[in-house]
Amino acid sequence: MREMIAISGLNKDYSGKKVVDCLNLGVAQGELFGFLGPNGAGKTTTIRILTTLTKPSSGRVLINGIDVARDPASVKSEFGVVQQHLSLNRDLTIAENLELHARLHHLASDDRAKRIAELLDYVEMADHADYLVDDVSGGMKRKAMIARALIHRPKLLFLDEPTVGLDAQTRRRVWDLIRKMNLDGTTVFLTTHYIEEAEALCSRVGIIHRGKLIALGTPIGLRQKLGMIAVEMQTNENGTEYRYFPDRALASEFIQRLHGAERIVMRESNLEDVFIEITGQKALGD
Amino acid sequence: MIASDAYSILWADLVTLKRRWSRYLITTLISPLLYLVAFGWGLGRGINLNGTSYLEFVVPGIIALTAMTASFNGAGTRLNVDRIYYKSFDECIMAPIKLHSLLLGKALIGTVRGTLSSVAFLIVAMLIAPTIHIGPMFLLGLLLTCITFSFLGVLAALLAKSHEDMGTFSSIILLPMTFLGGTFFSLSQVPLGLKYALYLLPLTHASLWLRAAALDQSLPWTSFLVLLIFFGAFMEGSMIALKKISL
Repeated sequence: MREMIAISGLNKDYSGKKVVDCLNLGVAQGELFGFLGPNGAGKTTTIRILTTLTKPSSGRVLINGIDVARDPASVKSEFGVVQQHLSLNRDLTIAENLELHARLHHLASDDRAKRIAELLDYVEMADHADYLVDDVSGGMKRKAMIARALIHRPKLLFLDEPTVGLDAQTRRRVWDLIRKMNLDGTTVFLTTHYIEEAEALCSRVGIIHRGKLIALGTPIGLRQKLGMIAVEMQTNENGTEYRYFPDRALASEFIQRLHGAERIVMRESNLEDVFIEITGQKALGD
Repeated sequence: MIASDAYSILWADLVTLKRRWSRYLITTLISPLLYLVAFGWGLGRGINLNGTSYLEFVVPGIIALTAMTASFNGAGTRLNVDRIYYKSFDECIMAPIKLHSLLLGKALIGTVRGTLSSVAFLIVAMLIAPTIHIGPMFLLGLLLTCITFSFLGVLAALLAKSHEDMGTFSSIILLPMTFLGGTFFSLSQVPLGLKYALYLLPLTHASLWLRAAALDQSLPWTSFLVLLIFFGAFMEGSMIALKKISL
């Protein structure tokens, strides 16, 4: 399948400190890809490079076959971005924010109003079109940013921590919206530090730690590598320890041999276990 | 395409301005009116400069500094806030428009605001000093002043790393220029060394041009040329600064 994003040998240094370290990554057309990492791992810097906001120190990025560094003007029509922070113009209404974006993306004037109405409907905000940005809730602001990012019908959507700071209900609604966009054919590149978000949404994930890509695969594939069954052992001395096994039989055998644990829980492993194991081991290794 | 994209950038500010025009005008007119009262009516009452009353002398100077302040703040302060706090400037950088359009649009915001403030003050000033002459050369100089200081604002905002940096720039550059840029006194009255130093300020040339045009004196074309050079330098500086922060 054609690659929507192709990153090769990407590096970014800030004052000699490597923030992105020789990153190689491909994201296929139509994929919903999760880019995970702890705070400060290099997720946002990577997105900023992919979206022309930051110059890489070296390396190459192609978006839908277009070289980001060589032809930034052309590549900007290919993607939409929902940034981590609120980046709406607070002096404008929700609809005016969308109109500004439509103008900057050269939508014909007769198409603009139609597209704005269509997208506000899509994110269930038609009733709030004429509200000033500061007069709507955090969740609505986030949905308005998603609508704005979609206005020029991009093939690729970058979502940088799209649900940060949202309550559980609103987060689920944003998840539904992301799934809907992906089903409609948009490739989605999602960064998040909510592991359950990546697990719920993404067909494939990459884990970045200290600028390096340290794991890549499907959520189930990464869990299989770690072990599908997790055993949590709570002890007085060491707090909670975790062990992972390929199946329940091996996990039960291990539990029977255990002595001195206060509380033992056997459960299915999840992506959070993978994340903590990998990033924890890397931190210890470093 | 450059003009229409620049207009798109300007459009957002025009919408805001339309919504809050009265508040904007009141806020922006307070300083020049205070200068007019304090210097024109207070200190300068009865002073005559080569056959011109001090009030007539000082009004074009206050218009020049109003154009400077309103244009600089209109473009620079707003851009600084959009870039550093609201991050909405990133959205403009990620739009498929040329960097020239982006810069021009941001500078036009300052130019529109500077022109509006200056014209509003001018209307008030015409009631007080009806003998000043407003012709095409005056308006040309006013526009050039506004766009020059708008680009200075854009440049400062692109170089600033915080909102405090903008405050520092205003205190170190704009505030001294307000009082020393030929606005409130004639340069012929200052010592030679200082006079040459004051000719290095863009506001000095804006004041000289606007005063000559308003008082029907022979036009100082050298000042017009110097203003054009400042305009070009600030525009080029802004482009270099913008290229440093985006692709």
